[in-house]
Amino acid sequence: MAALLTVENLRTSFTTEQGLVKAVDGVSYHVGANEIVGIVGESGCGKSVTQLSVLQLIPSPPGKVTAGRVLFEGEDLLRLETKSQELHRIRGGKIAMIFQEPMTSLNPVLTIERQMTEALEVHLGMSSRAARERCVELLGLVGIPDAAERIDDYPYQFSGGMRQRVMIAMAISCQPRLIIADEPTTALDVTTQAQLLELLGGMVKRFDSSLVIVTHNLGVVARYADRIYVMYAGRVIESGTCTDLFVSPRHPYTMGLLKSVPRLNEPPGKKLVPIPGLLPDLIEMPPTCAFLPRCRYHIRECEEKPWPMLESVREGHYVSCFVKPEEDHHDG
Amino acid sequence: MDGSTRGYGMTKHGHVKETRVKAHASEFRRVVRVFLGRRIVIFGVVTIAGLIICALLAPYLAPYDPYEQNLSGALQKPGFNHWLGTDAVGRDTLSRIIYGTRTSLMIGIVAVAIAALIGMTLGLIAGFFGGKGYTFIMRFIDAMMCFPPILMALILAGILGAGMKNVMFAIGIALIPAYCRLMCAQVLSVRENDYVTAARSIGATNIRVMIRHILPNCFPPLIVLITVNIGMAILSEAGLSFLGLGIEAPKAAWGKMVSDGYLYLRTQPVLSFAPGLAIMLVVFAFNMVGDGLRDALDPKLRGTL
Repeated sequence: MAALLTVENLRTSFTTEQGLVKAVDGVSYHVGANEIVGIVGESGCGKSVTQLSVLQLIPSPPGKVTAGRVLFEGEDLLRLETKSQELHRIRGGKIAMIFQEPMTSLNPVLTIERQMTEALEVHLGMSSRAARERCVELLGLVGIPDAAERIDDYPYQFSGGMRQRVMIAMAISCQPRLIIADEPTTALDVTTQAQLLELLGGMVKRFDSSLVIVTHNLGVVARYADRIYVMYAGRVIESGTCTDLFVSPRHPYTMGLLKSVPRLNEPPGKKLVPIPGLLPDLIEMPPTCAFLPRCRYHIRECEEKPWPMLESVREGHYVSCFVKPEEDHHDG
Repeated sequence: MDGSTRGYGMTKHGHVKETRVKAHASEFRRVVRVFLGRRIVIFGVVTIAGLIICALLAPYLAPYDPYEQNLSGALQKPGFNHWLGTDAVGRDTLSRIIYGTRTSLMIGIVAVAIAALIGMTLGLIAGFFGGKGYTFIMRFIDAMMCFPPILMALILAGILGAGMKNVMFAIGIALIPAYCRLMCAQVLSVRENDYVTAARSIGATNIRVMIRHILPNCFPPLIVLITVNIGMAILSEAGLSFLGLGIEAPKAAWGKMVSDGYLYLRTQPVLSFAPGLAIMLVVFAFNMVGDGLRDALDPKLRGTL
């Protein structure tokens, strides 16, 4: 599969008073055409920063992309000047983002129309009338009733779920090749989440785009993603297809994540197993595997050698761990 | 993916739940309702409207020519012919107050316009771009803030000389720091919002983000500052005129009239009191309107009023 987006060895750090925070520490991944990719990890593991880095949206200072390449349709996005035409053309035109907080990602003083038509006018050079008609159509498509009327409303007149629908409509408006959804449903209730994910999945298919879903919700990726990357402390620690990761997870962290999710087929009253401990301090990262202090499988090799690189364990399934399945695969 | 067709069914189901709330323009109506909800604010609005009419229709409202001198009828007590009496050279005080409305309002509005325009532009640039520009602009503003506004205006008026244009300019410059600081603070908080990142993510340029997304969200507290400052600018004119650095001789301005009248404070107090009362009234009116606007526009008070 030809990759649409290839991120190679991306490093992003933030300068703080306490020191340099390596939020993203050598992340590589790729997204194929028409593929849905999930990026999973707990809060603060660098998943959002990775996505913002791709579009150079990291606030700078204090943030800075220090190394790596982001190849999108053969072009290195990190090489583009911050204010260049090319970058503005790609943002929204070819890569669109959907943010976590629908309550704050729409400008409160502008009507929905003005915010939606902006991208169409900038990228497709549409007249304001044509843009408006297109937006009404899009709003109808994402399930806003009375779209022709509601388009003149202000964001506060919409509920959270509807705002996120508007965000989806905005994201697909220029028919981008890639949509990056940064925890698109975290702020919503579960029923709305399901509706919106179905909608998003449908839209991506319909408009022939690819989708990156960043989330800490394993249920979300399990259902929609073709492939999944699991991140921990600024690195990808395991990647593979949905089946690989859910059926035969290889990294202790992935196993831990799966065990901390409730399942319907378990007897009632069974306790969930949390992962003990906290994320390591991103300023003073240990030279060894960052998950080591929380890992229940660790072997001597873990403490002696630096954090292992991703290694293939099967076709398309990569993991960065010394613990081999023959030594300890089935846990107690 | 098997979800897409089902997704539509669920979406349609969603329509039923999300009931339509007819809320067009209700925000504007809410602001107006809160704004006019207090009597004192209505009083302020009516007073300001009255003053504007007074300024526009001065030639028709004034019973006498405000510049016509009549030495034989100087320093008359208030009476039937001259409701507020006459001054030291026999000019009708009421007519001069009516004409003075023009000067005073003009000074208030123009001075604040100068201050707001320059101050807000500087604040917007400093807050938005940050870095060296921020340091340069804000340290300069800090230096300006070392001087109290009235002293600043006094220095500038002293350098520029008396006269209406110079007075407006001097007061305008002296009021810049407040606008710059407030604007900068607003920009710093507004630019952290997700919708700014969202606007960037759809390809909006710096200028577009600045003008279209950030600027309008900064306005509410500035509108309040503007109304309050109009009163303050009028008061400053009075101060400058009193010190002899304000409006030039024959022109009628309230501050000037107060200062001219103080020589006759014992014998003819109305000469100073009448224009003084006018100043008090207009400052009060603008302050009340400013208060009302703050209540109506402050999002934190939304829902409580």
